Amino acid sequence: MSAESITTGTAGAPTAARPPRVRRPEYGQLAGVVGLYVACIGAALALSALLVEVTGGSSVDVFSALLNGSIRGDGRIGATLGVAVPLLLVALGTILSNRAGLVNIGQEGQLYIGAACAAYAGTKLGMHGPHVVVLVLLAGIVGGALWAGIAGLLKYRRNVPEVLSTLLLVTIASQLVGYGLKNQWLLLAPAEGRSNRQQVSRQLSADTRLPRVTWFGNQFPISVFLAIALALLVGAVMVRTVWGMRLRMLGHNRRTAQRAGVAASRYGGAALLVSGGFAGLAGGAMLAGGDFGNYTLVPGFASQIGWTGLLVALVSRQRAALAIAMAFVFACLRTGSSFVASTGVERRITDVVQGLLVLALLVPPALLFLRQRRRAQNAAGDRT
Amino acid sequence: MIDVLSAIGDVLTSEAAYLNALTFAVFLAFGATGEWVAERSGTLSISVEAMLLGGAFAAALGTARFGSVAAGLACAIAAGVVVASVQANMSHRLAANQFVVGLTLNILVLGVASFLASELKPSIRKAGTQRIPLLADIPLVGQALFDRTWLFYLIYPLVPACWWLVFRTRWGLELRAAGENPQSADVSGIDVNKRRRQGIYVAGATCGMGGAYLVLGAVGQFEDSIVGGRGFIALIAVIFGGWTLRGTLFGCLLFGSVLSFRLSLPALGYQLNGDLLASLPFVVTILAMSLFASRVRPPVALAQPFIRGLK
Repeated sequence: MSAESITTGTAGAPTAARPPRVRRPEYGQLAGVVGLYVACIGAALALSALLVEVTGGSSVDVFSALLNGSIRGDGRIGATLGVAVPLLLVALGTILSNRAGLVNIGQEGQLYIGAACAAYAGTKLGMHGPHVVVLVLLAGIVGGALWAGIAGLLKYRRNVPEVLSTLLLVTIASQLVGYGLKNQWLLLAPAEGRSNRQQVSRQLSADTRLPRVTWFGNQFPISVFLAIALALLVGAVMVRTVWGMRLRMLGHNRRTAQRAGVAASRYGGAALLVSGGFAGLAGGAMLAGGDFGNYTLVPGFASQIGWTGLLVALVSRQRAALAIAMAFVFACLRTGSSFVASTGVERRITDVVQGLLVLALLVPPALLFLRQRRRAQNAAGDRT
Repeated sequence: MIDVLSAIGDVLTSEAAYLNALTFAVFLAFGATGEWVAERSGTLSISVEAMLLGGAFAAALGTARFGSVAAGLACAIAAGVVVASVQANMSHRLAANQFVVGLTLNILVLGVASFLASELKPSIRKAGTQRIPLLADIPLVGQALFDRTWLFYLIYPLVPACWWLVFRTRWGLELRAAGENPQSADVSGIDVNKRRRQGIYVAGATCGMGGAYLVLGAVGQFEDSIVGGRGFIALIAVIFGGWTLRGTLFGCLLFGSVLSFRLSLPALGYQLNGDLLASLPFVVTILAMSLFASRVRPPVALAQPFIRGLK
C-alpha cells in the first residue's frame, strides 16, 4: 500500500474524484520473471547434460533421442498423449485437494487400488459390451476414492495427519494388489494362457476397452478428451462455484472458513475423496486405455505414474489449465526415455532430468515470493 | 493358534532371528535418529529415503574407489549432507514446500544413483566383522549385538550423542524452540531457519551412516532398490515413537523385527504370506497413530515453514 492512498484516506477526500488506478503490466519485471525461469530450467538441463557427458555419453544424442521418442518419431505423440492422460487426471485430483489445504501424497496407492478395482470389474464380473468400459472407469473411481477415504476418516475422526496416512497407504496398496494378483478368487488370471510365474490379471476383452482414435498417424485412447474436459471442469469448479470457493477458503484459512460455515471435515473429506477418485480414474483409464500393461493388470502396474502426477500438480502451481501442458511435458520425458537406451546411455537419466526440472521449477516462485515479502516489509517500515 | 505360538517361540529362541531383526532395526535407527532431530526442529523431511539411498550409493562408490570402508563411510556422510543441504536450503531458505522438495529429491536421488550405478558399476564386498570378546558370548542376543562390523557399532555412540545435542546443549534448546514456537524463538534472537537447516544436516549425516551400514555391513552390494521405501519406515518410526527418542528407537526395533520376519520365518520352516506380512509395519503404524494421534504431542510447528512476519 502506498503512503499516498493512506493520507487521502485519512483526510477523507472524495475518492470518486480520482480515476481508479489501473495497474499497468511492468514489462521489465515480467522479463525478469521469464529470465529467472529460463535460467533455472537451463541450469537443470545443463546439469543433466553434464552428468551424461561425465559418464562418457553424448548429451546431444540423449536429448535428440528424448525428442524422437516423445514427439518427432512416427506416432509417438499418440503414445505420449496416452501417458499424459493418467498424469493429468492424477494432477487434477491433487490440485483440488491442495486447494483445500490438504497434502495428499498417496496418489500412487489410490491409482493402484483404482486400477485393481477396474480390473476386477472388467474381468471378473463376466459382463460384456461397451457399457462395461464405463463400469470399469467407475470402479476405478470408487476404488481410488475409498482408499483416499480411509485417510480422510483417519484425519477427521482420529486426528491422524493425512500426509502420513496417505503415504503409508501407498505401500499397503501395493502389497494388497500384489496379494490380489496371487489369488485366483481375486484378480489372478486362470492358469491356462499364462506361464506359471506370471502373476497377471486376465486381459480386458476387446469390447470392454476404451476406443482408440487415430489423428494424423497418432493413435491414442479417447480418454484424452475426457481428461482435458475434466481439467477445464476442475478449473471452472474451483473458480466459479460456491463449492470451489469454500474449498479454497478452507485452504487459505481454516479458522475463517469454519466461522463462515465451512465444516473442515465435510469439505476437506470431500476434497480427499474427489482427489482419490481422480487418481483411481487415472488407474482405470490406464488399464482400459491400453498404453500400460496391454489391458492387463500386471505387478507394478502403477509404475510411478501417481508420483509423477503429483509432481505435475505441484509444478503447475495448482492451476488446472497449466497442468494440461505440464502433464504433456512429463509424459514426453517418460515416452522419450524408451528411446534413450539406443544411445548407450542408461534410461534412468530421464528420472534425473525430471527431478532436476521439478527442483528448477520450484526455485523461481519461491524467490519471487520472498522478494515480494521483503518489499512488503520494507513498505511497512519493518526495517526502521 | 498353537502354530502361531510355536512360531513366535521359535523366533524368540533363534539367534538368526535376532541377527536379522537387529540388522534392519539398526539401519532404521540410523535414519530415524537423524530424522528425529530434524522433526524436533520442525521439518517433516520425507527426503530421508533420498539421504539413505545417496549415502548407500556413495558408500559403495567410495569403498570401490578408495578401497577402504572408512573412505566409503566418509563419502556416504558427505553424500547424505549434500542431499540434506538441498532439502534444507530449498525448504528453509527459499521457503519451498518441504514435502514437494522431499518427494522430488527421492525421485531425483533414485535416478542419479541408479544411473551412476549402471554406468560406474561399483563392486564391493561386505565389510568384515569385529567381535567384541565376552559381550558377544551372551546367549541369543550377544552375537546380534556385538559380533558385527564396526559400522554397526556407530549406532551406540550416535544415539546418546544426538540426545545430548538436543537436550543438553544450547544449540539443542534453540533447535527445539524452532520446532515448538518459531515466532517466539525468532523474537528471542534465534535464527529459526538456520537451526532448522542444521537439524536437516544432522539427519543427512546420520542417514549417510545408515546408508553406509546398509550397503557395506548388511547387503554387500549396491542395487537401486536397496533402500526400497524403508526410509519412509524410519520416518514413521519417529512418528510412531511420539517424537521421543526412546519411542523412536522402540519403533525401529519393532519395525525392524517385522521386516526381518520375511527372512526369518521361512528360514525356520514356516510358510507365510509375504505380501500381507510386508505391509504389517504400515498397518501397525496406522493403527497406532489412529489410537494415539490425539494423545501424543508433535512439535507444534512441525511441517510449517517459518517466514518472519507471516502467520
